[in-house]
Amino acid sequence: MRKIETLEMVNISKSFQGKFANQGINLKINSGEILGLLGENGAGKTTLMNILYGLYQPDSGEIKINGKNVRITSPIDSIQQGIGMVHQHFMLIQNHSVIENIALGYYKTPFFFPKIRIHEKVVEFSRKFSFAIEPYKKVWQLSAGEQQRVEIIKALLNGADLLILDEPTSVLTPQEIKELFRILNDMKNEGHMIILISHKLDEIMDICDRVTVLQKGKIAGHADTAGMDKKSLARMMIGRDVLFNVNREPLPKGEQVLKVSNLHVLGDKGISAVKDVSFDVFANEIFGIAGVAGNGQKELAEAITGIRPVRSGTVFAGLKNITNMSPRKIYDHGVSHVPEERIKFGIAPGLFLYDNAILKQHHLKKFSRKMFLEYGRIKNHTRDLVDSYNVAAHSIEVQIRNLSGGNIQKLILGREISEKPSLLVASHPTYGLDVGATEYLREQLLKRRREGGAVLLFSEDLDEIFELCDRIAVMFQGEFTGILDSSDSEKLSDIGLMMAGSVRY
Amino acid sequence: MFKLTVYDRETITPLRSLMTNIGSVVAALFVISIVFLLCGVNPVYAIGKIFAGSFGSMYGFKETVTKAIPLILTGAGLTLAFRAKFWNIGAEGQILMGALMGTWVGLTWGSVLPSFLLIPLMFVAGFLGGALLGLIPAILKIKFSINEVISTLMLNYICAELITMLIVGPWKGNTRFGFPGTNNLSEAALLSVIPGSRIHYGTLMLAIVAVVILSIIVYRTRFGYEVRVIGENSEAGKYAGIDFFRTTLVIMVISGGLAGIAGIGELAGIHHYLGYPASISSGYGFTAIIVAWLAKLNPMYVLVSALFFAGILVGGDAIQISLGLPGATVQIVNGILLVFLIMGDYFLKHRVVVGFSNREHLTK
Ligand SMILES: Nc1ncnc2c1ncn2[C@@H]1O[C@H](COP(=O)(O)OP(=O)(O)OP(=O)(O)O)[C@@H](O)[C@H]1O
Ligand SMILES: [Mg+2]
Repeated sequence: MRKIETLEMVNISKSFQGKFANQGINLKINSGEILGLLGENGAGKTTLMNILYGLYQPDSGEIKINGKNVRITSPIDSIQQGIGMVHQHFMLIQNHSVIENIALGYYKTPFFFPKIRIHEKVVEFSRKFSFAIEPYKKVWQLSAGEQQRVEIIKALLNGADLLILDEPTSVLTPQEIKELFRILNDMKNEGHMIILISHKLDEIMDICDRVTVLQKGKIAGHADTAGMDKKSLARMMIGRDVLFNVNREPLPKGEQVLKVSNLHVLGDKGISAVKDVSFDVFANEIFGIAGVAGNGQKELAEAITGIRPVRSGTVFAGLKNITNMSPRKIYDHGVSHVPEERIKFGIAPGLFLYDNAILKQHHLKKFSRKMFLEYGRIKNHTRDLVDSYNVAAHSIEVQIRNLSGGNIQKLILGREISEKPSLLVASHPTYGLDVGATEYLREQLLKRRREGGAVLLFSEDLDEIFELCDRIAVMFQGEFTGILDSSDSEKLSDIGLMMAGSVRY
Repeated sequence: MFKLTVYDRETITPLRSLMTNIGSVVAALFVISIVFLLCGVNPVYAIGKIFAGSFGSMYGFKETVTKAIPLILTGAGLTLAFRAKFWNIGAEGQILMGALMGTWVGLTWGSVLPSFLLIPLMFVAGFLGGALLGLIPAILKIKFSINEVISTLMLNYICAELITMLIVGPWKGNTRFGFPGTNNLSEAALLSVIPGSRIHYGTLMLAIVAVVILSIIVYRTRFGYEVRVIGENSEAGKYAGIDFFRTTLVIMVISGGLAGIAGIGELAGIHHYLGYPASISSGYGFTAIIVAWLAKLNPMYVLVSALFFAGILVGGDAIQISLGLPGATVQIVNGILLVFLIMGDYFLKHRVVVGFSNREHLTK
C-alpha cells in the first residue's frame, strides 16, 4: 500500500526579500508517474521542491496528499509523509562508509549494531532495483553516480513514495544516466512517483510522462510529453525558439597559444592521474577533451591553470613557460579557468555578487588602484556581466549563495570569458544552464574563437564537443587515446571505443 | 525516541538578528540570576550593581573606558584574523610581548630620550613585539601545517614565563623591596591620562584610529578582499590566486601588532612597570576573543562590544567588593553571557526541529 496516491501543491507562493520566487503555483502528480519540472535558471524550481521537502515554508498555499491537507514544516514531516529528495549537491559525509551514511539518514537506525542491521536493508533494496553498491566503501571512493545511488537508497529506506531529484544527471556519465533512468522506470512501475528537474530536454522527453513548466516563478503550462518535442518544450520555457545548432565557420589556424609536453600529474589520492600527455592549442580554435569523467580531465585542467602541481613535463602559454607558476601569474599570462566544481571552488558564497564578479580579476589595474579596490568600477562591471549573461538576481548587492544554481554558473562563466583571455580552460561550461543560456554560452565561446582566442573545452557531452570543437582529444585513464580533427568523421565514429580505451589513433 | 534535526535558515533579517541578541542577553541574565541566588545574593540587586558600577556612575564609566582600551585594540586585530579563519588564541601572549618590548625600550632609553621620541618608540617596539610573536604561528601553519590554535595558545605560556623570568632575574628592580618586577619606568616613558581617571587617552585614540583603518582595510582594500575570500572559502581563494603565505603573515602582523600596542598601553598607562604577567594583562587577550565574536567580526562594532565587556569586568569588580562575592564571579558572568550569545548565534543561523521517529510507516 502506497502512502501517497496523489500529491497536489495548491496556490503556493514564496517570496524572498519581497521578490516572488514562486507565485500561485499549482502542481499535481499521481502514483506511477514521472513529472518533469522545467524552467529557466532562476524560475523557482529548486525553491518549489524545497517547499515540498519542508526546507522552506511557503508564504501561502497548501500541500495535499490523497486529497487531504498536510502540514510540512521540516524534512522530518515530509519524510514521514513519504517524500524523499536527492539534492543536486550530495549531502554525504565523505570519510564515512556507505552504510554509515545511510544509517545517519535513516529514522529507524537501531542503537546497537546499527551497521549489521542496516546492511540487510541495503542489500534488500539494492537487489530489488538491481543497484550495484558496495556498502563498506568510503563515500570519497565513489563516483558521482554511485553517490547518487546512496542518496536514492537513503530516500527509499525511509519509505519515500515520492522521490524528488534536482538536476540529477548533470554530474553523471552517460552510462550512469542510463542506469539512473532504468532505476527510475523500475520505481515508477512499482507505483512510486518521481519529480525530476533537468535542463536536458532530451532526457525529459525520454523519461517523463508529463511536464510542468515554470517561468519567472509562475506556471507557464503543463503538458504531456507524448504530444511535445524538444522545440516546443523550449518555446514553452523561454517563450522563443532556440537554436539547437550553432554555426562554426572555418577559420585559419592562429598562432600557438598553449603547448603541453609530456605532462604528468598526480591525483588527490597520490596516484598518477595524467600520464605523459602532450598537445597544443592554437588561436582561433576550440580544442575539446572528451572522455568519461574521472579519467584525469580535472587534474589536467588544474595543472594547466596552476591549482595542482605538475609532476613532470612542461606547459607553455604562448612562448612563456608557465609550468608550476602560481594561479595568478598564469592568469596574468592570459589563461582563464572555469573549474569543474564551480560552486565549490569558484565563489565565496557569503560575499556579494559584485565581490564574486572579480574573484580572479580583483588584482587587475582596472579594479584596484594601488591597494584600494575601485568599487564603482567593480559594480559597473558586475552590472554589465549580469546584463549580458542574463544573470537573474534581485540586485548585485545580494550574497551570491542566494542565487539559483544556474545563475551562479552564468556569473562565473561571464566573469572568466569577459576578460577575453587568450586561452579559456572550461570544464563542462554548460552544466546546469537552461537551454537559452546554453545557446548564448556556446555563441560566446565561438565568438572568442572568432576574435582570436582559444578554448580548451572539457566535456562529457559529445554533442557539445562535436558542435563546438575544431579538434578533439579523447582521454582515458590519464592518457590521450587520440587527437582527431573534427572533419575526420570516419575516426570520430570510433569515439565511444576511444573513450573506453579499446581503440587508439 | 525523539530526534533533533538542524537546517540552515533560509534568510536572516536584521530584526531577527537584533532580537536574537537581546533574547540571548536576557536568557543569560536569567541564568546569572540563578547563580547569584545560589550565592545568597539578590540577583536584581546584583545585576543592577554591575551596571551601576560600570555605566551608572562617573567613576565606574571612566574605569570602563580604561578597560575597554586594550579590548578594542586586541579585539579589532582579532576580527581580522578570525575573518580569515586563522584562530589566533594567542593575543594574551602578544599583549605581554608588546609590554615586554616596551619595557626594554623604556628601561634602556628612558633617561636619555625625551617623551615625544620615547613614547612613539615604545609603541613601535610594542607593535613589533606582538607582530613578531604573531608571525611564528603563521609561519608554522602555512609552512608546516601546524595547527594555530595549539601554537598560539602555547606561546601565551611561553611569554608569561619569559616575563616572570625577567622580572625575578635580570630585570628585577632595586626599588621593589625584593619583590619581583622591574623598576618604574622614567617619567618620560609614561602616558598621560585624563585628569581624575586612568584613561590613557593616547592609547584610546590609537585604538579608535586602528578600528577605522581596519574597517577600511577589510572593506575597501585588495588585501581585505583577499582576507574575506579566504575566510569564506579557502578553495576559492586558491583558485583566485591569493598568496596564502603572504596574506596570513600580514594578518598576523596586524593582529599581533595591535595586541602589542595594547600591551604598551597597560604598561605605560596603568602599571608603569613590568610586573607579574597576570597583572599586566588579566586575561584581556582572551576576553578580546569574545569581544571580536560579539562584534560579528566587524571592527567598527568592536567599539561597542569592547565597551560592553569592559563594563562587565568593572561591574564585576564592583559587586565583588560591595557584595563580598568571590573573584571568580565576574568570570562566571562573562562565561554565561558568552555561551548564550554563541548559542543565540547558532539559533540565528540554524533552525532546529524536534521530530519523533516512532511513526507507523517506519514500523511496517
Ligand atoms: N535563500 C534565498 N534568498 C534569497 N533569494 C533566493 C533564495 N533562494 C532562492 N532565491 C531566489 O529565488 C529565485 C528562484 O531560485 P531557484 O533556486 O528556485 O531557481 P531554479 O529554478 O532552481 O534555477 P536553476 O535552474 O538555476 O537551478 C532566484 O531568483 C533566486 O535568486
Ligand atoms: Mg535549481
